[in-house]
Amino acid sequence: MSDMALLLWARGPGLQIALTVFIIGMLLKLFEIFSLGRKKDLSTPRPGKAWSGWKTIFSRSLPDRTLLKRTFPTYLMGYTFHIGFFIALLFFAPHIELFRKTVGLGWPALPTTLVDGVTLLSIVALLLMLGYRLYHPVKRFLSTFDDYASWALTMAPLLSGYLAVHHLLLPYTLMLAIHILSVELLLVFMPFTKLFHTVSLFISRWYNGDALGHKGARL
Amino acid sequence: MADEHSLGELLREQGISRRGFLKFCGAMASLMALPSSMVPAIAAALEKAQRPSVIWLSFQECTGCTESLTRSHSPTLESLILNAISLDYHHTLQAASGEAAEAAREAAMKQFFGKYLLVVDGSIPTKDGGVYSTIAGISNLDMLHEAAKGAAAIVAVGTCAAFGGLPHASPNPTGAVAVSDIIKDKPIINVSGCPPIPVVITGVLAHYLTFGTIPELDDLGRPKSFYGESIHDRCYRRPFYDQGKFAKTFDDEGARNGWCLFELGCKGPTTFNACATTKWNQGTSFPIESGHGCLGCSEPDFWDAGSFYQALSTPITPVGRAAAVAAAAGIVGGAAIAMHNRHTKAAAKTAHQTVTIDDLEKPSGEAK
Ligand code: SF4
Ligand code: SF4
Repeated sequence: MSDMALLLWARGPGLQIALTVFIIGMLLKLFEIFSLGRKKDLSTPRPGKAWSGWKTIFSRSLPDRTLLKRTFPTYLMGYTFHIGFFIALLFFAPHIELFRKTVGLGWPALPTTLVDGVTLLSIVALLLMLGYRLYHPVKRFLSTFDDYASWALTMAPLLSGYLAVHHLLLPYTLMLAIHILSVELLLVFMPFTKLFHTVSLFISRWYNGDALGHKGARL
Repeated sequence: MADEHSLGELLREQGISRRGFLKFCGAMASLMALPSSMVPAIAAALEKAQRPSVIWLSFQECTGCTESLTRSHSPTLESLILNAISLDYHHTLQAASGEAAEAAREAAMKQFFGKYLLVVDGSIPTKDGGVYSTIAGISNLDMLHEAAKGAAAIVAVGTCAAFGGLPHASPNPTGAVAVSDIIKDKPIINVSGCPPIPVVITGVLAHYLTFGTIPELDDLGRPKSFYGESIHDRCYRRPFYDQGKFAKTFDDEGARNGWCLFELGCKGPTTFNACATTKWNQGTSFPIESGHGCLGCSEPDFWDAGSFYQALSTPITPVGRAAAVAAAAGIVGGAAIAMHNRHTKAAAKTAHQTVTIDDLEKPSGEAK
């Protein structure tokens, strides 16, 4: 199979398969979570806390002061990675073309050099996080195969994208094919690994916030 | 027909001076992308070189490649090359036709067996015994097999001969394939492009003529000196790509300012060819310079790579249907899971037995 044939497969049938698995997987998971159901809380809700669920969705994205002090490296690398990842995903011109083509929405791109630097920072942050996870006894103890798999699935598109743009290691056509395939792999496994947190975090934050608000906790 | 004279003798016979000859060698050096320090070596090699016999077979093709080749040969350089080789068979360019033409081919194949250069343009249909393209009643498939036997090397000119090209495009009704899919035991040089740049065709012939060897090839069998870099790498619009400045339509301000054509479907990043450096029409311009994106014509399967006007990073098949089907399946499956969970819960509830204080006071083992 030539590099071009692989690229064409990735841009055609590969994407269709990945997207199908992704959508089915995500929906199954969501149905499963929502159909679990929760017991009704019969106590009277404390006043003025109706929005606490929604508020928590946002407030939990901000650093908690105590935790920030105690686990600064985790925070720093976590933020760097997440912000960098989303800038690369959403503001690189070829990616915007993809969104325009598939969902019909487009927006202005950031200069390639900027996206490039941010991508590199994300990659470094991910590497440091892996190192920290392996080095820190508690983190290492808590880590399962899922954590390492999720790490690799996230790292692959970032790294292959960076290498493709800079024409490193492999011919561009092949690297681009690998890049697209790595994203497809990410899509396929997203519903079945901890990467599902991209969706479930909103649900769990809302649930926690709402339950605590009900009891009158200050959030 | 090729003869025993060396090229040096031949050119002198034609009244070409030493100075003219060295100039020719200099042009050959730049044609082959070699440094000018190579000129004396080229001169020495060409002086002694024999005019090689060239047999050119045109199979399932549109004659675009031959048209391209002829465009390059009105000035002196390429016409010299055509004098420097002996084109013994080319059914578009030769004067003879019918049986006389085929006789010339057979005679050349016999006389220069093992030494002639075979040039092929067009793909080879293989379906139904190769009946979809024949010359003088001989299928392209049979003629290629026969002609390849005595060839020193084969040059596959054009994307059709090199990779299958347009005839190979889905659904490929004639079962068209590339030369390299059929011939496995001869050196093959792929000079891809639809059509290839004229001086790239002549450059490859010049290399063979000068050194008697085939040039260094990439993994798709193309000479690295011409196909070593992508269009994107040498594109003069590249700074705009790097700055994120893209033309959105063919006549917007971006287009007028000469911004990058990526969003208009330019395939330059995945296309390896010499257009951006050698350019077309004697170095006048190349497609991107005239405001149109690269089609990717020197790459395999470029006809099946989606629309020419669709950005490289977008899917080549629409994903809406797959997404809709998947969503429907997901909802049905999800509903089934939900029902099942409810059922389990309800069953657990009905099976639930309340425990009284008496039950707990019974000695263990009796409890039920
Ligand atoms: S490669 Fe292109 S120009 Fe050459 S014969 Fe095939 S279709 Fe025609
Ligand atoms: S016009 Fe095409 S080849 Fe030139 S920089 Fe843009 S994408 Fe690359």
